[in-house]
Amino acid sequence: MKYYITNNRAASVLLKEIPEAGYAEFFADVDEKLRDEHFHLGHYFALPEDEERLRFYCLLLDDRTGEVLIASHAMEYYDESELPSLTARHAEVHPFEREISERYGIRFSEMPWAKPLRFPFDRFDKRSSMDNYPFYTMEGASLHEVNVGPIHAGIIEPGAFRFICNGERVLHLEIALGYQHRGVEHAFAATRNRLRQMLLSESIAGDSAIAHSTAFAEALEKLSTKSLPQSENLEIERIVALELERMAMQIADTGALSMDIGYQLGQVACEALRTVVINTTQAWCGNRFGKGLIRPAGTNFPLTAEKIALIRENVRDVRRRYHEVAEDLKSSPTILARFEQCGIVSKQDMVQIGGVGQAARASGLGRDLRTTHPWGSYGKKIQHESLCEPAGDVMARLLVRCREVLQSADYIEKLLCDFNPEAASPKPDFDFSLKADSLAFGLVEGWRGETCHVVVTDHEGAVKACKVKDPSLHNWLGLALAVRGEGISDFPICNKSFNLSYCGHDL
Amino acid sequence: MLQILNFLLLLVVAIAIPGLINRTRARLAGRLGIRFTQHLRNVGVLLRKGAVYSPTTTQLFRLTPACYFGSALVALLFIPVGDLHAVLSFKGDVICFAYTLAIGRFFLILAAMDTGSSFEGMGASREALYGALVEPAMMLLFGTLALLFGYTSFDDIFSAARQFDVQLTIILLLMAYLFIRLLFVEAGRVPVDDPRTHLELTMIHEVMCLDYCGVDLALIQMGGWMKSAALAVVAANAVAMPLGYHWWLVTPLAILLSALPIGIVESSQARNKLSRNTTYILTIVAMAAIVFFMGYLIQQNISI
Repeated sequence: MKYYITNNRAASVLLKEIPEAGYAEFFADVDEKLRDEHFHLGHYFALPEDEERLRFYCLLLDDRTGEVLIASHAMEYYDESELPSLTARHAEVHPFEREISERYGIRFSEMPWAKPLRFPFDRFDKRSSMDNYPFYTMEGASLHEVNVGPIHAGIIEPGAFRFICNGERVLHLEIALGYQHRGVEHAFAATRNRLRQMLLSESIAGDSAIAHSTAFAEALEKLSTKSLPQSENLEIERIVALELERMAMQIADTGALSMDIGYQLGQVACEALRTVVINTTQAWCGNRFGKGLIRPAGTNFPLTAEKIALIRENVRDVRRRYHEVAEDLKSSPTILARFEQCGIVSKQDMVQIGGVGQAARASGLGRDLRTTHPWGSYGKKIQHESLCEPAGDVMARLLVRCREVLQSADYIEKLLCDFNPEAASPKPDFDFSLKADSLAFGLVEGWRGETCHVVVTDHEGAVKACKVKDPSLHNWLGLALAVRGEGISDFPICNKSFNLSYCGHDL
Repeated sequence: MLQILNFLLLLVVAIAIPGLINRTRARLAGRLGIRFTQHLRNVGVLLRKGAVYSPTTTQLFRLTPACYFGSALVALLFIPVGDLHAVLSFKGDVICFAYTLAIGRFFLILAAMDTGSSFEGMGASREALYGALVEPAMMLLFGTLALLFGYTSFDDIFSAARQFDVQLTIILLLMAYLFIRLLFVEAGRVPVDDPRTHLELTMIHEVMCLDYCGVDLALIQMGGWMKSAALAVVAANAVAMPLGYHWWLVTPLAILLSALPIGIVESSQARNKLSRNTTYILTIVAMAAIVFFMGYLIQQNISI
């Protein structure tokens, strides 16, 4: 089968240039590619092309060559024939096929678990809704079910967890999400206001504001009809912002993990350090989460010599202090006793579910877009080496965090070291016109993992659809696998070690 | 008169322990911390609140806070502070003390199951398991006391005049250590349980009180303080015996011996994996058995 082959730096692609195959051919070829662990699915979605046709686009990421393979197939909009399910062969396809099913009523035969992904509406079965969803059950006198959620007892977002336990041991965990569905993708297409779209992208998941807005901005820039001013400074600023976000979140999670095992020292130390990092971002752009920092084709907050000095000083300080905390965590027996051998996800399982980001790296699966599909300064100024831990347990996920914080601090130092504040970054441009009938994507390795925005334009050059993929979409299943066979009291630390996004998944 | 002073001192210990734990934790975390009497104010607020009861619960659920508070209060009456005399004392009150505490636990477990919540059911099953494991340790330690001094009442045991004796002191110190470790379990502190956690799935004691509010919750909290105070004073008595054994020595000792270790452990150590709590408690039992055996040897020596 033919693919349109591109990469993470190339410009957009015309929709008509993407080869279209019959479903049988598409199925056979994607099936074969996904057997190879170097390929994984970046995105797979359907879009109505006109009144008559529904076209399916599929982005396959090749980790060896850095290529992105785009394929498509199409069917009549009202065609009710069933398509053979790829999920039956490759579990990693499940969120994508489930989304296509619930949105367009496409039926996939042999789909192992045709559960709606977010329940905006289920075209396939209109009676099914979030409220009457039948959770998976098991029969047995010695089994009991524990339901957690969907209303969270504290302050975080809604999600329902249904445990089936034998005493303290979890046999099965089913996670039901979608309670946070806000229609983000629809909102992107509903406005032509470029600034509003940028603000939307920042609000997809508050903890990944920079990752999502960078992905969206990159996709927009690739669609531009005129050539935008190339600025090395802008590239560096985006990477520094992204790495600051990574540092802040990984430190916050280290603290949260300490809190969940009742380790006060680690908790308070990390809380203080995370504050330093997000306050640094605030000193730079006025917002602690970096909202407003990423804008298309330019920036409102170019780095000045003073800001660079401040960032470097704070990052150096945080690096030194965090290193101490990390060493302390790694050498405390009571902490190791909690984290080691807990919530193991094997590499094989990670490959099967298409795990991405730091959770995948903690299972020895070195997927990292900064290495495989570099953009911006990665691959140029920074030759990124992804950090893997083989164990796949909570400790491994913590260790990856500890190491990534230090690595990010080094990258920031390196990038800012030879940053020239004299060469000013361009101002943002909200008015450049977009190529008509084209598709562009932004792939960004956020702190949680692979963040992907695919923007498709209509024949007038307006955004017709923005398909967002947060890494959580892949990794939620990893959490369900991690707690299998664990004590139910270890669920909180397993959950925290993944720290997945509800709103990023639910959109 | 002195018995009233004895009881008041026990209440002072009960109130001071949670306060000092909070101060210790705050200081070790580099924080200023809440005021010393914050827990009293919190309970004061709770006492002014009404209660909401789930329609699935029965009278048992409403009865339990009073039973829990009452059992801790009665248990407290058996304990003498230093050279003062306990309010209540009779032959065999060490056994009565242990099982009065067990009555409170029994009711709390029933009430937790009464709510029909899956969280509380899990908490109840954990509490029942740890309660059963703690019991032999407590019995062995009280047995050692009875064996060494020849009395079965706290009041008689701790007022039996003793001369300084190295062997006895070692045993008493060991016993005090074990009482403090039992206190960690009974009071639901790290590493066995974490009173601060917000994660219902990991809780033991806290999860059983999830459906309580207002006065009921206040009673349960105060009951917990008194339970800790009783064990802390027993431990302090054991330590103070060779030092002269005055009430003004035992009172601060009880507060320091219990609150400081708890505060330090909670600041510097992680909680046990739940399945390892069993090992933790069985270790206490094993050490109690050794102490009992040593006590037996000493007693043989003395009598020869």
